[in-house]
Amino acid sequence: MNGARAESRRGDCLWLALGLVVAWHALFLLAGADALAAPAATLRRAAQLLASERFWADATETGKAFGLACLLAMLGGLALGLWLGFHRRAGEVADPILGSLYSIPKITLYPVILLIFGLGLSAKVAFGAIHGLFPVAIFTMNGIRQVPAVHLKTARMFNLSPWATVSTVLMPCAAAEIAAGLRIGFSTTLLGTLIGELFASSSGVGFILIRAMDTHEVVDIMALTFLLFAFAAAANAVLHALERRLG
Amino acid sequence: MTREASTRWLRVAVIGAAVAALEFLCRAGIVTRLTMIPPSEMAAALYQILADGRFFADMRFTAQNTAAAMALSIVTGFGLGALVHALPRLRRVLEPLFSAYYAVPTFVLYPLMIVAFGIGATSLIVVGAMFGVIAMVVNTLIGLDRVPASFAKTARVMRLGGLRTMLLVQLPAALPSLLTGIKLAVAYSVIGVIAGEFILATAGVGKRIAFAYNDFDTRTMYALLLLIIGTVMVLNAFLHHWEQRLHRRWGRA
Repeated sequence: MNGARAESRRGDCLWLALGLVVAWHALFLLAGADALAAPAATLRRAAQLLASERFWADATETGKAFGLACLLAMLGGLALGLWLGFHRRAGEVADPILGSLYSIPKITLYPVILLIFGLGLSAKVAFGAIHGLFPVAIFTMNGIRQVPAVHLKTARMFNLSPWATVSTVLMPCAAAEIAAGLRIGFSTTLLGTLIGELFASSSGVGFILIRAMDTHEVVDIMALTFLLFAFAAAANAVLHALERRLG
Repeated sequence: MTREASTRWLRVAVIGAAVAALEFLCRAGIVTRLTMIPPSEMAAALYQILADGRFFADMRFTAQNTAAAMALSIVTGFGLGALVHALPRLRRVLEPLFSAYYAVPTFVLYPLMIVAFGIGATSLIVVGAMFGVIAMVVNTLIGLDRVPASFAKTARVMRLGGLRTMLLVQLPAALPSLLTGIKLAVAYSVIGVIAGEFILATAGVGKRIAFAYNDFDTRTMYALLLLIIGTVMVLNAFLHHWEQRLHRRWGRA
């Protein structure tokens, strides 16, 4: 039964991919080569990029910035969320502030980040981290808040140290929420890092993307976007699977 | 004083302290004037800009485009969401793609839209709507999922037609989630439009910010940043308030 369902799902995926490629090609015929690259040409260029050393040099740059930004956003967000979830009053005070900070269009802050950090790694990392920090903090805080009071009472009765309370009671109990927060934080941090590279850097995938935009290399723009999307979708699928195992 | 009121005052105090700290850092020269001007000067510069009307044409351009992008993403997102909801097999394969969508800055496709629609309002509206639409689709799906099965049954018993069931039963029941979608679509549409203006535009607040940055005109830059961020925060707070009220009315906190 399960195998048959997985198979039908794979079939549906293939149909969807086929449908998308046909629609894409139709759009290409309609809009012309200046506005859109054909699916075949895009995939060919994507394969070329994956085989070239220069692309991997830029991808490594992006990966480094993204990794650091993720680390900062997740550790910072977890710490902030734990604290605000644990102290009810602090959480109530901070809740709408976090919500507003999450919703402001952070892309407008790129000149500020550039003025503070200059052109380079730290600007990208900072940009990625401010995108990812708030969702992780908000989800963690909400997860901790939903831990039943009786759990905490039990932890006190067992005389658990604060660290033991966090690691054996709070974290496992809020694991599903925290995992969802980390997954969303992963996506927003990637977006932030790439925006940082677009507007505030001289290396990385975002930078070659903005250069392709400046010289209007349609195939390059589409191939890079396609690769980024494929990476994000694959990473998301892995994180989703992890999340389901936890929940 | 009630607990809620004191929480509110505490919040005002925290924000006030943060602004005061920033003011101090700037005034004391720990943060140089080329990096950031004190918040009080940002406000003064914004007041000046609003008083002499220098950027009114740009503000109108950006406001109109964002409003159009929001409307387009909300309407299309709702339509697509309802369509995908009716096709569970399509939904199952699409859903993982939705959650990856916001990891990629889709507005990098903006130059392609300039070729298709020309440089100007249309391209910006399309790119803004493209960034906002998926948030609306996702929340429409969540909203329609949450309509209790008994509602649909009651509608059938009352012999409501498809359209009337949609408008009178499903839409109101899904409203809290739809509002969450609207809130996000608004935020993402703004990002799309402003990003487009940063990249290439003939007018708009985003273009003015980029210009001011290139000219080392930090006063204008921070004044316009304050304008955009302030406007979005007010809009978001309003939608959030409305959303919470609806959630409470439907008995879900």
